[in-house]
Amino acid sequence: MESALFNFPFVAAALLVGISFYILIFKRNLIKLIMGIGMLASGVNLFLVALGYRAEGNAPIYTDVPGGPMVLPVPQALTLTSIVINVAVLALMLTMVILIYRHTGDVDSKKSRILKG
Amino acid sequence: MLSKIVRTVANQLILFVLIFGLYVIVHGHLTPGGGFQGGAVIVSGVVMLLVAFSSQELKKSLSERLLSIMESSGALIFIGLAFAGIGIVFFYNFLVGTPIFGRVPATGPGPGDIWTGGFIPLMNLGVGLKVVAGLSAVVLAMALFSSGEEIEE
Amino acid sequence: MRQVIGLIVWLVVVGLLVSGMLVFIHPFGYPPSDMDDYIIENAQEETASNNVVASVVFDYRGFDTLGEATILFTAVTGVLLLLRTVKRKEESS
Repeated sequence: MESALFNFPFVAAALLVGISFYILIFKRNLIKLIMGIGMLASGVNLFLVALGYRAEGNAPIYTDVPGGPMVLPVPQALTLTSIVINVAVLALMLTMVILIYRHTGDVDSKKSRILKG
Repeated sequence: MLSKIVRTVANQLILFVLIFGLYVIVHGHLTPGGGFQGGAVIVSGVVMLLVAFSSQELKKSLSERLLSIMESSGALIFIGLAFAGIGIVFFYNFLVGTPIFGRVPATGPGPGDIWTGGFIPLMNLGVGLKVVAGLSAVVLAMALFSSGEEIEE
Repeated sequence: MRQVIGLIVWLVVVGLLVSGMLVFIHPFGYPPSDMDDYIIENAQEETASNNVVASVVFDYRGFDTLGEATILFTAVTGVLLLLRTVKRKEESS
């Protein structure tokens, strides 16, 4: 049966991933590339959480919950792990951008690619 | 270092942020939350202190030795609790049924009780310590590197 | 010329992704799953906690949390290793 929203959260996640692909292919500034990777992470996390939704469902916690079906809890656990891993990778990337700026004085990815003697 | 009004207000507000973060960590088995979320709340309070005071001032309170001990003890608590039930299976919930944290709640919706949960509250404390020490060390290192630079050729 | 080809390829990929979401995925709100029904029914007796997500993260899938704690530790060590300010003592001869 078709839901009345026509799978709108899935389409939004696909659009987020698509816009981040444009940033990763066509932009050259290093800070913009890091923002694109963050946007890619947000799209994937939204897709994971939207996979486990049940119609008219409540949060999967038994403390003072009104009766009814419950949303699936396993995709929420996977999203938690994914968010923490993305924070760790983002911290390492920002550290390397700080060091690149210290050594070459420029944040353009085409000018800091040439090895200097 | 910002003006005196900002410094005084930050000194008073850090207490409320710390209490809210500890509430989210300790009640991880009753309400939404847990170790990772409460750790992120406390780290945002530390960043507020870093902005109000300069990084050189904050380095005297949060020394490197204190942060290293906190992070290592958090990891050791997590691994120790995982190995404690090794007689049956790795990660076995050995505290269910014992009177320390192991009261089984009534089936179905109902108000929560803190003394339930098995070893989940203790693991939340270990993970919360680890996240607070790790992320505040990263933020402090980035602020110190780009402010106190003395390039000697 | 290269820019135009890149734009066309990107448009094709985004079109494939969006149309895949409209046609190939289960309707939003009716997931076909059996494993989570067992977890929702029996989590209160086996793990003795009211929060089913916390018991999934720390009890039913504890290995994933162990790997995630290792990644956090390694990333913090890597960042603190790269951002050191080493003061060199000048040796005057």
